Amino acid sequence: MFGKRRVAVIGAGMTLFRRNLKETGKELCWEASKMALEQAGLELRDIDGVVLGTAPDAFDGVHMKGEYLADGAGARKKPYMRVFVGGGTGVFTANAGWWHVASGLFDTCLVVAEEKMSSCFPHPAYAFHTIFDPIMARPLGVTLIWIFALEMHRYMHVHGIKKEEIAQVAVKNKRNALDHPCAQLPAKITVEDVLNSEVLCWPVQRLDISPTSDGAAAIVLASEHVARQLTDNPVWIEGVGWAIDSTYWTNRDLYYPKYVECAAKMAYKMAGIKNPPKEIDVAEVYDPFDYKELHHMEGLRLCKKGEAPKLTVEGVTERDGDLPINPSGGLLGVGNPIAAAGMMKVCEIFWQLRGEAGKRQVPGDPRTGLAQAWGDLMQYGSVIIMRS
Amino acid sequence: MSEKIKEYPGERIKTADLRAGIVPLIKYKPEAKYAWSAGIAMSKFLEELKNGRILASVCKKCNRIVVPPRVFCEMCFKPIDGYTYVKDTGRVNTYSISYIAADASRVKEPTIVAVIELDGASPGIGILHVLGEVKPEEVKFGMRVKAVWKPPEQREGAITDIKYFKPIREGEM
Repeated sequence: MFGKRRVAVIGAGMTLFRRNLKETGKELCWEASKMALEQAGLELRDIDGVVLGTAPDAFDGVHMKGEYLADGAGARKKPYMRVFVGGGTGVFTANAGWWHVASGLFDTCLVVAEEKMSSCFPHPAYAFHTIFDPIMARPLGVTLIWIFALEMHRYMHVHGIKKEEIAQVAVKNKRNALDHPCAQLPAKITVEDVLNSEVLCWPVQRLDISPTSDGAAAIVLASEHVARQLTDNPVWIEGVGWAIDSTYWTNRDLYYPKYVECAAKMAYKMAGIKNPPKEIDVAEVYDPFDYKELHHMEGLRLCKKGEAPKLTVEGVTERDGDLPINPSGGLLGVGNPIAAAGMMKVCEIFWQLRGEAGKRQVPGDPRTGLAQAWGDLMQYGSVIIMRS
Repeated sequence: MSEKIKEYPGERIKTADLRAGIVPLIKYKPEAKYAWSAGIAMSKFLEELKNGRILASVCKKCNRIVVPPRVFCEMCFKPIDGYTYVKDTGRVNTYSISYIAADASRVKEPTIVAVIELDGASPGIGILHVLGEVKPEEVKFGMRVKAVWKPPEQREGAITDIKYFKPIREGEM
């Protein structure tokens, strides 16, 4: 059932992540695509097919964004599709690109992800209000942060986790982002800074959360024979996985992200990974909130349930730790243009496995990396596993 | 980013320029309006809220009583076996103290939001609602709560026919 052909990532590119970028979404897509093509040593005419990922149309305020952005993604007169699975879009877009090539349909595929959240004012949070069930949730004034606060609190309650432990994730990721030239919110902060920041929806505070961002990121995929002609160090996509859980989120126990586990199992099986913490050298785990990094580490089976906070406090997930998590700086540090943020994670794993990550480089010549994203109503997981 | 790349594109608009209105910006406010059919199961549910009752659906195969009710079971994908009522009492599964409104603006008095597992429904089956007649610091996981309904003449067949859930104090049912 799995793809018959090996697929390599041969180039990656991204724009700065900022609030209020002057460039349009289309211009951002073009910038990221151009960089990825240059890094791959290809021209647009060499590309067989294009996949674009972008999250809710309501941010850009342009319905059917796939069409709106197509020219910027180099899709003119090419096979093209837009994919969208909420916050899971960024990594899922890479997965969709993978099957374009693995299936044998194409030899090359340009994979682009974009988000421009700052167009929606006074705050893009209100665009999120419209994702909720109109009967059961919206009349109550629901916000996106409510539901994450409910999930975070449940997670803390079931395992007896302290906010001090969770805040350590924000401290680490914002510090890691100091070494990322595209980062929006790199900072040296302390656990106390997080605990003293403005309370939004307890237990979620200002510094627990990623910012409103604009940006784009892109990769170029190639079949094995094309990749071998173009580069001596391709990075192979060895496993992909995605899964969704029920939309009745108040009927699920929010303490554990089962959907991420389902997606990870699919990807691990494909990649032949039996013992994830031993076999994964570096991981970019979706971290729009600090607790989500921990929650997702557990869903990915990178540690036992409830164990992620302890590993974080012990420094295991630092760049030079045994299990480096989010060496890029993650969404908390680099920024969170939704789909582009997931793709940034795929780019980071590509650069880490090529040994090109500069000051962010994880020591010890990492060979196997994982990127993961999460979305919809706390129900969607997407996972990609790459090897050099 | 890669070491091989020296410059990254992207030009941030200065906040002062945004505020001064000297950057070309095209503004638009959508006026689209919607009226949703509540559907087969949820129309019954909303009618029953007017009567002060909470309707659930039953799947005998999966041995589940769930709220909100549905016409098919998403687990076994079979039609449900019928409807039943659950109680308007339950337990707090998780909660949050919210200081923001749906548009992310600050609110003066916090809203206490919770997932409430209803008595009579299967374990772990909850609904989203708000808590009232309780201070934020008094809310606990597992706390027993009961619905406070609008007076019958004010009910309109909406989840807000329940004003909020309040704690069941010692000695109360």
